[in-house]
Amino acid sequence: MTAPADAPLLSAHGLVRAFGALQVLRGVDLEVRAGEMLAVAGPNGAGKTTLLRLLAGLMRPNSGEVRVRGRRLSRDDPSARRSIGLLSHHTFLYDDLTPAENLQFTARLYGLPDPAAATRAALEEVGLAGRADTPVRHLSRGLLQRAAIARALLHQPDILLLDEPFTGLDAPAADRFRALLASQLARGRALILVSHHLAEAWELATRVAVLARGRWALESARPADLAAFHARYAELVSG
Amino acid sequence: MGEFLRLAVAIAAKDIRLELRSRTALLSAIVFSALVLVVFNFARDPTALAAVDLAPSVLWVTFAFGAVIALNRAFYVERENAALDGILLAPVPRSALYVGKLLANLAFVTVVEAVALPLFVLFFNVGLGHALPGILAVTALATLGFVAVGTIFSAMVVRTRFAELMLPVLLLPFMVPPLVGAVQVTAKLLAGRPLSEMLGWLRLLTLFDVVFVTLCILVFPAVVDE
Repeated sequence: MTAPADAPLLSAHGLVRAFGALQVLRGVDLEVRAGEMLAVAGPNGAGKTTLLRLLAGLMRPNSGEVRVRGRRLSRDDPSARRSIGLLSHHTFLYDDLTPAENLQFTARLYGLPDPAAATRAALEEVGLAGRADTPVRHLSRGLLQRAAIARALLHQPDILLLDEPFTGLDAPAADRFRALLASQLARGRALILVSHHLAEAWELATRVAVLARGRWALESARPADLAAFHARYAELVSG
Repeated sequence: MGEFLRLAVAIAAKDIRLELRSRTALLSAIVFSALVLVVFNFARDPTALAAVDLAPSVLWVTFAFGAVIALNRAFYVERENAALDGILLAPVPRSALYVGKLLANLAFVTVVEAVALPLFVLFFNVGLGHALPGILAVTALATLGFVAVGTIFSAMVVRTRFAELMLPVLLLPFMVPPLVGAVQVTAKLLAGRPLSEMLGWLRLLTLFDVVFVTLCILVFPAVVDE
């Protein structure tokens, strides 16, 4: 399932998306390769979540295209979606089911050969095995986020799209999640992480980008100095 | 085709499990259907109209109202935590999602009808006897028709602010052809008329099912994709 190192796992060209008169994305290009993590920052309303939804195939661009391993992501070709995992603001979980039931349902949607085993492994990976049979509606925000992470990773996607993934996680859980992301990168997966707080995953990022007013205001290799980046970010966003 | 059906069954099984866990929609639909029958029972004047003349209409109005209540939940459960996005992210053909929802809705509406039918017999004192197999057959045909349309409308309205109001407004006009057919056939069955007198209506119901199930499967992807 790993692509050649030089070929992008995920690429997007000229993404434009508007909601009525509101132009949210105005022509965004990106490429992410195996083992890379692109960290995207931007102010509220910059279009970060819309960008992730377009990359995940949940929304269609007004113009431009998304390619997964060189294949255009389209509604009529569900197989490309198998390579994508999305951790969103929403958990995609059913409140009346337990984490185990939610994940087993997801495993069936992805056609995993042993849904029960895949579920157990995913819940253990995020430290939620002990609450596998507690209905989701009784979980705390942090535990919900862990269940959502397990759901996003369940089918071992090559491309992980993460929208504010540290939300609700306490310090030990955040550390555990960082280690999990590092292991995903080591396995040759490509990650795109969107956050207001890039410090949480700064060391893992290979590239950083700033999205402002629907365009890249900056896209470069990760600078060594986070404080200098913050200063530059403030300039870009206010300018 | 095996994969398609496997996915559809997985989605239907999840919906049934969710409903068994909460029981909200099914219980509401059953109680509502019972109340409709009670209201009709007390509102009719037995000296003006024989129960058997009114019975077919009452039965199908009850089934229709019960079905609308049950159908309202079809995509409502997918709203919590944006669960529908979770399904749309997966490599699942949109039409398999539709068929899964259709199967689950058929199961729910069938349960509502299975409870409402004996209550109807009780309240209206109508002996089904020899007509029962025919009534079950016409119920299956008509139910498939309006549940097929109701499932797609449920998906259409779920992102609107007044989904629970919008569904009956959109759906009831489309329920008219199967309901008219079902009422006509039921009336003839209860009157003990020969099958040949009902064939035209049965053909109409079958045609409605074939056309609308096919159409809904084809149109559904455009309904759920943003």
